[in-house]
Amino acid sequence: MIGFIARRLGAMVLTIVLSSLLVFFALQALPGDVATQVLGQNATPDAVAALREKLNLNQPPFQRYLSWVGNAVQGDFGESTASGDPVGALLWQSLRNTLLIAGIAVVIGIVASLVLGIVAGLQRDKPADHVISGASLVAMSIPEFVVATLLVLVFAIAIPIFPAVVLSDADTSIASLLPSIWLPAATLAIALSAYIVRMARAGVIDTMNSEFVSAARLRGLTRSQVLFRHALPSALLPTVNVIALNIAWLIGGVVVVEAVFNYPGVGKLMLDAVYDRDLPILQAIAVLSAMVYALSNLAADMAAMALNPRLRTGGR
Amino acid sequence: MSATNTSATNTSPTASQTRSRAVWNAIRGSRVTTIGCVLILLHVLIALAAPLLTPFNPVANDSPNALMGATWQHWAGTDQYGRDVLARTLYGGRYALIVSLFATAAAVGLGTILGCVAALRGGWFDAVLMRLLDGILAVPAILALLVVVTALGTGTAIIVLAITIIYAPQVTRVVRAAAQNIVPLDYVSAARARGESWWSILTGELLPNVIDVVAVEVALRASWVVLVISSLSFLGFGANPPTPDWGLMVAENRAAMTVVPLATLAPIIALATLVLGLNMAADGLSKSFGVDKGKAAA
Repeated sequence: MIGFIARRLGAMVLTIVLSSLLVFFALQALPGDVATQVLGQNATPDAVAALREKLNLNQPPFQRYLSWVGNAVQGDFGESTASGDPVGALLWQSLRNTLLIAGIAVVIGIVASLVLGIVAGLQRDKPADHVISGASLVAMSIPEFVVATLLVLVFAIAIPIFPAVVLSDADTSIASLLPSIWLPAATLAIALSAYIVRMARAGVIDTMNSEFVSAARLRGLTRSQVLFRHALPSALLPTVNVIALNIAWLIGGVVVVEAVFNYPGVGKLMLDAVYDRDLPILQAIAVLSAMVYALSNLAADMAAMALNPRLRTGGR
Repeated sequence: MSATNTSATNTSPTASQTRSRAVWNAIRGSRVTTIGCVLILLHVLIALAAPLLTPFNPVANDSPNALMGATWQHWAGTDQYGRDVLARTLYGGRYALIVSLFATAAAVGLGTILGCVAALRGGWFDAVLMRLLDGILAVPAILALLVVVTALGTGTAIIVLAITIIYAPQVTRVVRAAAQNIVPLDYVSAARARGESWWSILTGELLPNVIDVVAVEVALRASWVVLVISSLSFLGFGANPPTPDWGLMVAENRAAMTVVPLATLAPIIALATLVLGLNMAADGLSKSFGVDKGKAAA
């Protein structure tokens, strides 16, 4: 099992390195001179030269990548080309705010969607199932910005209980953000839930029809014993991977949701960086999201091992 | 669906004809798939016939008539520049549909070939390719798109290329898994023993047998692509104003949502019905073929 975890950790590091390489070189593909592109055509030659120096543009790209990685592992992601602030500080500040909405969304989203998925699976083809399955199909079919817009229409305009946009900066206190986190969190939770509901439902249906569940029933176990001790662990096994993937992709949803609500998190930081062509910030965020992807996949593998004893003893 | 005109008199259809016939039967056989396909077709027809359906020019400003509610003349009202909302909604699918068509075809095409080759070759080629694709997968789609847009700009060709690269890895994984079940079979070994080239094994033996998985992938990825393109337009990096586009319309009309809610709701409804159609088609097809949708989603 230790060997398995070590292998997974190795694969994880490799994935992060690869995607940082891909993003780094994609950003180097800026047509023409990067410094001129960032500063605009009217920049003075001095300013261009200074930026070239700052971004180490005078070095060959691969050497630049290596020195960037060398600094990054020490927590130094360089300085924002737009504001001059250290990228690390900007990133941690926004990450705190994003974790606030993403954390709530993940907890509410996973719990609600598992409950709904299990109910739909157990009530297969009954009214409850039709409502839940239909709702999850619709939720899958509308992008985050539509969910957010509709929530604003209902809960900020028609029934004004939540603010429609956030006016604070990234360095504001959590307490002052609190009233405005609920609509963004709800949007993310809905976006997160659609696939999980469907997976949980499918898993429950498959498992409830399997032989070992029939056997448990025939042994005279109560319905809740059959459900919680026997059926659910294996029913939810495939769902774990979908949850991991959805958490990894949450960071994509975060970009859109934070744009709608003007919420001062990582997504907004990234959008501002795109407008300003702030390469150091973009690189740092891309690596951060690759880490989230790799970590949530690792967590999914661990959870799968916890749910499935065969994976623990297999020791391939 | 080329198999629609496979005549009944054709007594010895080739493997690929019977397989694409199976796809056609699956479309007709399931109610969910049929409704999904009808919704998609409806959107394609509306996008094509938009000039016939509305007398208004979707990009013509008419400021005296800005921000009007529904009237007999403007059924869905007008936006902040006095442009007819219904006309913009009817034309609004064009950008998304064209970009999605090319991007989905390219992503699924590339993913299918890569997946088959990976399953066929195996070994180090497979291992290296899957690691590389994992690196792409690790960056969320919208983030990767924004990186590309930052580097290369918002041209349509660039967005199609970027979506191809971003979505092909997922298709590759799914097709590879399906093809791995075919590769050990006798007829593939026989083809190998005959000394057939890997390309002819791919087109002759593998492709016909994974076509059902590929059909599901087309519908599923198309729905994701439409969603991501509309999000990109909403954020201001997709269709350029004044192009009529649903994502862009929501972004433009959101501020006036209290005055003319229809200007925001009309593009939302259009977008949702298109993606719903694609999702229903993907759902119905995967059910008919017994393709595991969970694996497809992963």
